[in-house]
Amino acid sequence: MLRLEKRPAPSRAWTAATPVLAVVLTMIAGGIMFALLGKNPFEAIRIIFWDPLFHESFAAYSRPQLLVKAGPLILIAIGLALGFRAGVWNIGAEGQYIMGAIAGASFGLAFYPSESPLIFPGMIIAGALGGWAWSMIPAILKTRFRTNEILVSLLLVYVAEKFLASAATGFLRNPEGHGFPGSRNLSRIESMNNPELISGTGMHWGIVAAFIAVITAYVLLNKHVLGYQIKLAGQAPRAARFAGVNPNRLIVLCLGMSGALAGLAGLFEVSGPAGQISIDFNVGYGFTAIIVAFLGRLHPIGILLAGLLMALTYIGGELAQLMLQIPAPAIQAFQGMLLFFLLAVDVLSTYRIRFKKEGVA
Amino acid sequence: MTGDPLLSINNITKAYPGVVANSDVSFQIQPGEVHALLGENGAGKSTLVKMIYGLVRPDSGSMTFRGEAYAPPEPRVARSTGVAMVFQHFSLFEALNVAENIALGMENPPPQRDLAKRIREVSEAYGLPLDPDRLVGDLSAGERQRVEIIRCLLQDPKLLIMDEPTSVLTPQEVEILFHTLRKLAAEGTSILYISHKLEEIRALCDEATILRLGKVVGNCTPRDTSAAEMAELMVGKSLATPARDNAELGEVILKVAGLSVEPSNPFGTPLRHVGIELRAGEVLGIGGVAGNGQDELLAALSGEVTTPPGTITLNKTPIGDKGPNERREMGILCAPEERLGHAAAPDMSLVENALLTARQRKNLADSGFVNWGATRAYAEKVIADFDVRTPGPDNVARSLSGGNLQKFVIGREILQDPTVLVVNQPTWGVDASAAADIRQAILDLAQKGAGVIVISQDLDELLEVSDNFAALNEGRLSNVRTTRDLTMETIGLMLGGAHDMHDLDEEAIHAEA
Repeated sequence: MLRLEKRPAPSRAWTAATPVLAVVLTMIAGGIMFALLGKNPFEAIRIIFWDPLFHESFAAYSRPQLLVKAGPLILIAIGLALGFRAGVWNIGAEGQYIMGAIAGASFGLAFYPSESPLIFPGMIIAGALGGWAWSMIPAILKTRFRTNEILVSLLLVYVAEKFLASAATGFLRNPEGHGFPGSRNLSRIESMNNPELISGTGMHWGIVAAFIAVITAYVLLNKHVLGYQIKLAGQAPRAARFAGVNPNRLIVLCLGMSGALAGLAGLFEVSGPAGQISIDFNVGYGFTAIIVAFLGRLHPIGILLAGLLMALTYIGGELAQLMLQIPAPAIQAFQGMLLFFLLAVDVLSTYRIRFKKEGVA
Repeated sequence: MTGDPLLSINNITKAYPGVVANSDVSFQIQPGEVHALLGENGAGKSTLVKMIYGLVRPDSGSMTFRGEAYAPPEPRVARSTGVAMVFQHFSLFEALNVAENIALGMENPPPQRDLAKRIREVSEAYGLPLDPDRLVGDLSAGERQRVEIIRCLLQDPKLLIMDEPTSVLTPQEVEILFHTLRKLAAEGTSILYISHKLEEIRALCDEATILRLGKVVGNCTPRDTSAAEMAELMVGKSLATPARDNAELGEVILKVAGLSVEPSNPFGTPLRHVGIELRAGEVLGIGGVAGNGQDELLAALSGEVTTPPGTITLNKTPIGDKGPNERREMGILCAPEERLGHAAAPDMSLVENALLTARQRKNLADSGFVNWGATRAYAEKVIADFDVRTPGPDNVARSLSGGNLQKFVIGREILQDPTVLVVNQPTWGVDASAAADIRQAILDLAQKGAGVIVISQDLDELLEVSDNFAALNEGRLSNVRTTRDLTMETIGLMLGGAHDMHDLDEEAIHAEA
């Protein structure tokens, strides 16, 4: 008989090992799924995990994409993880990402065609503020009226999407764009461009910001009283109040930080890789970042690695669609499996499995 | 009483990872006998009765019930065989009435009207008055226990197991319970009575089996054995009674006046016009049955709940509106009742838990950055000075036993040298030797000139440590009396909030004035 038994303390070894185990299990289950679809599972797995980095003809294109895709995921996931650690569940990073991009782009385009070097820094601040302001809606509703931040932040994503459509077709539409929806291309305007900093790497300011966020979050969580309070509030809310933590202040702070980081990610995306505000500007980074945060165990270094891994499955997934004609939903299911298996094997860090015969009565 | 035993336990052993809960335990219970199972927390009493009740299965050994092999795979089988159990923690729904709660625990509940009638019959027959139509949320702890007992009695059990039944009762309620239990025993129902309160066992039980560290260390007839002898068997050594030199009380340092707090949940207790004057060097004991406002009082004193500034003053400074950390800086420290989740974070290490309350007074953080080296040193000092048994400060709080964690929590506050220390249930669920250490530490602190408020349900404890005594009843605090002038009966009346006591107190005040 199989039994679960609670460990006296969470196992550090298993906490580190479970993400790796989850990846392996995803490969196995995903392989079976690909096989059922009539594709060669080994080839599919190789294309997803190996070819984007080392294939002789694709790697030159796809390797820089790794950082481009991982940057926003890491930046958003770091903010989310701080909230999740405190028990504040911001599910609406996608909306904050959109609002950050719109706010940043609006700031820049308002000064068009100025070439002041202050415009890009101003856009960064505006982007962060845009995401922050959008996250303050669930924060204030929660602290004032005890609404559920999960629902409010999630539903605000759809409001933000409508707002994005109206911006792309309305007030941000390119006056010289022959009536097509979409703003001017920011990446082609010198003062608003978020350029590739080192050619061939995909490195841009958003990725620099992501690395800074990783380091800051690490220091915050391990060395600073605020990080301690965040962890305390998440693990033992009553003990946190006893330790003088004001729960409302923490809710506002955590939602604000995650909103601002998501807004920054949106701004760096719209001024760099995406280039413009368009109707389909958002591609789900805000939601995928939730997976990244958990895959990285809500730990900054873990999130860095998880973001890179997730980006890899994105790029590899596209490659697999292209080369093996694997349908896109199958790739999404494959990515979903990763979170599923992670949560499933998570039980091993707090419990251990015992193989045992029925007790003799 | 001799003859065929009702229940016989033969060489039962049960091990959990890292600990042997029961090792080769054997004893018998005769029909109609009140049998005590005596031992400290962690001695293996609970595991043993869980096996009798079918919640846990033994690794080896056997049981017979009325001469037949007995190995209940689940509590339902135990109940149908005739074993019933009243747990220490009740499993009742506050929003349902008494009859509905009882019906929930039955296999085939009769219609509500018939059930209500039976509840009335049984409750009258055994002297346990209970109205089947009342909401459980409105009942006192003693009345809730009656619901659990009547639920058991409706099954007509041959053996009734009671796990620490008196820990939530006033002395008067204890008398009523004992009366019922004696009546049940006289009718032939056996009772297995679990406790660590020796005087109770001497008053009630026919036989006693004493457990220590999972083993049977002795049997005795409690009536013929002194409490000291039983205590020695139970603890394995004789315990020193906490003591201190006669205290000189100083100036009033903490004053609470007209403190009223609304409860944060519908079944909480509001505080009503609580007034306290605490002097330097004084230990003030606040007695009362759980759920009469103890948690609320601690929250109001710790600053987790704020009140108008003037309701609480420390050395004449109003502090009612200050938060927990500001109060810590000023010298009021608290140790809440709930160790895991309130006084300490269960999954954090002892180092991190040291930071929880000691940051301000021990300067463990510099401009927001935690000085982990100093924090670790402080945790190690608490562990060393208070004899906390743990492999090291990196172990998480929930890996410690109740007594050890409590020593850590109390030590963490005392070593910060408080002006006022407020502790709620300092020795609840703590083994006897750790409890003695904690009480001694409280007395030593008062000896050094701090004021201490001890909120406790354990009257023996309050009589032992406190200079003055007050009772908390339904959120109201009685007048304060000198502990050494009190009798158990007076205390019982104070705890019950008897109205004539109020009149008496007022007269006494007028006489003084």
